[in-house]
Amino acid sequence: MSERDWPLFEVFVRSRRGLSHVHVGSLHAPDAEMAVRNARDVYTRRNEGVSIWVVPTAAVIASSPDEKDTFFDPAGDKAYRHPTFYDIPAEVQHL
Amino acid sequence: MSAVPLDVPLPPLATYALRLGDDALILAQRMGEWIASAPQIEEDVALGNIALDLLGQARTLLTYAGEVEGAGRSEDDLAYLREERAFLNLHIVEQPGGDFGVTMARLLFFSTYQLGLYDRLQHSSDPTLAGVAGKAVKEVAYHRDHATQWVLRLGDGTQESHRRMQAGLAAMAPFVDEMFTGDGLEQSLSSAGVAVDVPTLREEWDRYVGSVLREATLEPPETTWTARGGRRGIHSEHFGHLLAQLQHLHRSHPGASW
Repeated sequence: MSERDWPLFEVFVRSRRGLSHVHVGSLHAPDAEMAVRNARDVYTRRNEGVSIWVVPTAAVIASSPDEKDTFFDPAGDKAYRHPTFYDIPAEVQHL
Repeated sequence: MSAVPLDVPLPPLATYALRLGDDALILAQRMGEWIASAPQIEEDVALGNIALDLLGQARTLLTYAGEVEGAGRSEDDLAYLREERAFLNLHIVEQPGGDFGVTMARLLFFSTYQLGLYDRLQHSSDPTLAGVAGKAVKEVAYHRDHATQWVLRLGDGTQESHRRMQAGLAAMAPFVDEMFTGDGLEQSLSSAGVAVDVPTLREEWDRYVGSVLREATLEPPETTWTARGGRRGIHSEHFGHLLAQLQHLHRSHPGASW
């Protein structure tokens, strides 16, 4: 069965103008063009989107779970990196 | 639930709506047969979506046919309680799906025809027909695109996929002419601005299908015979079996609902 299987694609959908594409899942397709069409059928049947990106899963380079500690833990105790040490003026609406 | 005898002619507009509605209903049934049988689950969903689009068109058209007829028949009465001879669909939609190549050949042939038809019908002087067509024309453009993508890939794919796609075209070739035959009823309705005169759609159909087949490295199929009579209720032997599946549940449990 494995040699008959189509390659896997990751699907990103933008729900409306102005927002970013968000990862919604993955699917199989014989090629990228068909992947866009399959994504339309699988992930946008209920008006979820206005734009679709597909990316071959094989092209995604991911961080390794083994590196989780060295990658992410050092940020844990550096509270000064967060912009929390000043007062926000009342006039600022959208921050 | 009233059974109208076959020899009572329907109003021409009801007949016309029934023809278009039956095409959509019966092809929806055939496309639905692929659910859980397509090569991949993604294709299951794609074919199921197409079936549901067609079913939606059928519901509106059958409901309208019943209203125009004025005998109190609902969409369910028309879909589930008519006998074989009272269905007015084309032969191409009732043919068995065969393999995936046959199904894609049928979808390419029929959706190209239906797209041309709806594209004109959205300017019909009849507001209901114009409304159905205006909504459906986008759906059918997608159906044609789906078929086109597959015919290109199978035709210009492996030796085996090419052979089976070519065989699919041959299997559907006898049912092409009937789509463009038309009759007096459609001519008079189209003179009144209500219906579409189907022979005028042939040129555009030949052009589009021809260009897809060329790009897919496929030969235009030839046929020694052509089907006819669907619009008068004359059907192929497959149709009774299809209707049995389509109507069985409703006839076994009359009036059941959920």
